Amino acid sequence: MGWNPGRGQLAALKAGLFALALVPMVQLVWRALAEALGANPVEAVQRSTGWWALFFLLATLAVTPLRRWTGLGWLPGWRRMLGLYAFFYAAAHFTTYAWLDVWFDPEAILKDVVKRPFITVGFAALVIMIPLALTSTRGMQRRLGRRWRSLHSAVYAAGILGVLHFWWLVKRDIREPLAFGAVLAVLLGARLLARRTAKGSPQAAPENK
Amino acid sequence: MIIRRPNDILPSEITSHSVYRRRREFLKQAGALGLIAASGSELALAQSPTATKLAAKPGRYSTTDKPTAYKYVTGYNNYYEFGTDKEDPAEYAGKMKTRPWTVVVDGEVKKPRSFGIEELLKLAPIEERIYRMRCVEAWSMVIPWSGFSLSELIRRVEPTGNAKYVSFSTAADRSSMHGLGLPVLEWPYAEGLRMDEAMHPLTILSLGLYGEILPNQNGAPVRLVVPWKYGFKSAKSLVRISFTEQQPKTAWNTAAAQEYGFYSNVNPEVDHPRWSQATERRIGEDGFLSQRRKTLMFNGYAEQVAGLYKGMDLKRQF
Ligand code: HEM
Repeated sequence: MGWNPGRGQLAALKAGLFALALVPMVQLVWRALAEALGANPVEAVQRSTGWWALFFLLATLAVTPLRRWTGLGWLPGWRRMLGLYAFFYAAAHFTTYAWLDVWFDPEAILKDVVKRPFITVGFAALVIMIPLALTSTRGMQRRLGRRWRSLHSAVYAAGILGVLHFWWLVKRDIREPLAFGAVLAVLLGARLLARRTAKGSPQAAPENK
Repeated sequence: MIIRRPNDILPSEITSHSVYRRRREFLKQAGALGLIAASGSELALAQSPTATKLAAKPGRYSTTDKPTAYKYVTGYNNYYEFGTDKEDPAEYAGKMKTRPWTVVVDGEVKKPRSFGIEELLKLAPIEERIYRMRCVEAWSMVIPWSGFSLSELIRRVEPTGNAKYVSFSTAADRSSMHGLGLPVLEWPYAEGLRMDEAMHPLTILSLGLYGEILPNQNGAPVRLVVPWKYGFKSAKSLVRISFTEQQPKTAWNTAAAQEYGFYSNVNPEVDHPRWSQATERRIGEDGFLSQRRKTLMFNGYAEQVAGLYKGMDLKRQF
């Protein structure tokens, strides 16, 4: 069903997406070197990396519902890459904080994690993402079998914590975290709905392969 | 009364430095706009009808900290009426009309009246005050303001014995301020001070910065500057100053009372509930490889203002 590109086309498409996903990072490095990050460069890096981490997290979560709606069977082939990009930006985000904000002072980090709810939830999101990144390989997927799927449903928890993190750090203007939250709610809703229909009607098409 | 910190340099040194910087910036901008046709000389600036110069004599209380670059002072602002991004005010505030402009002064005073902006500009000798500015978001700047102590205006309206507080109301013009449509704060923006804070010589009405009249994004044509409090206390584009017996409502306190107190004095020991106030980043100076700097009690003005809060529990009355 849907558009069925050939292998070569698919590979080219995926390579293009890979390069595209790298653009925000390249741009950041470029602007940093050119001292073009504006009045508050550290904040600019924190914002950009955090924003893209959440963006790719939601993009990862969008893959399955999108496949279901569009019938594009090759879409799930992008999921791992998108997920790893989310982790890549989240790791860069945390590194910016740990390095440029608190200079790798473990005590300061611990204090922030315990004392500042917005950092507590951001940290939790990052911690959740680590095992997911580590077990994202095909080999791991095979080895873990059914458990892999339940493990990786934790992406939703990371998404919720990421949105909460954003929500709690803005001062008054919650429009952006609200938008991310709305997208997340739709994706979560789609997943729950799909599960319910799958349960309700035994003859419904089996989920995934 | 002259209060100066022992390590302060001569005001004359500061002035020449900032005038130099201002001219350079102005020439650059004017040049870019083609305002100064053939010559880029300082004479051309002085005689240019478009020059928005505001002569200021060196004032007391100036800090020795290096002033923040003009482009950051005028390009990285919080002025939610024009949008919530730091770059929004510089982009959109140009639409606001600042002439004619009047400031109504009323409430518990013997001589309520309004002041036209031209009159305010001549009300008292304009001084340059180079102040630290500490934002509640944990960044800071050093800004050469031009203005005079708010007490100059207060004396002229003769507050009654009932005047315990001063409230400040700021412009809320739907046609030029698209941010008024956002449900982030109650408009018009309101701020307030206790009478002794308002009368303190450090508290100024500012009409300019870097030797020019205020750019719109910095609160043109006249704003409050209270250097020992978080930046949001220094209300911009004032249209009304009222003297009251009761503590007035203030915008951020109304929006989130547990996060923004009426006093909002800079205090490294009292954290914002969501982030630390112990340190800050100085805009334009603290880049990638500098550590955050320690925030000073009362933003470094403790010697002058700590007495105002004697006996108060600053953790509870934050
Ligand atoms: C230990 C982990 C984390 C720490 C310490 C941390 C810290 C921060 C800080 C300090 C900011 C504020 C930047 C500023 O406005 O000045 C921020 C913003 C942000 N962070 Fe994190 N973060 C963490 C993990 C995450 C994760 C895992 C995500 C995404 C899934 C994330 C997404 C965001 C977003 C979206 C923003 C707002 C960006 C914007 O203002 O546009 N953070 N983070």
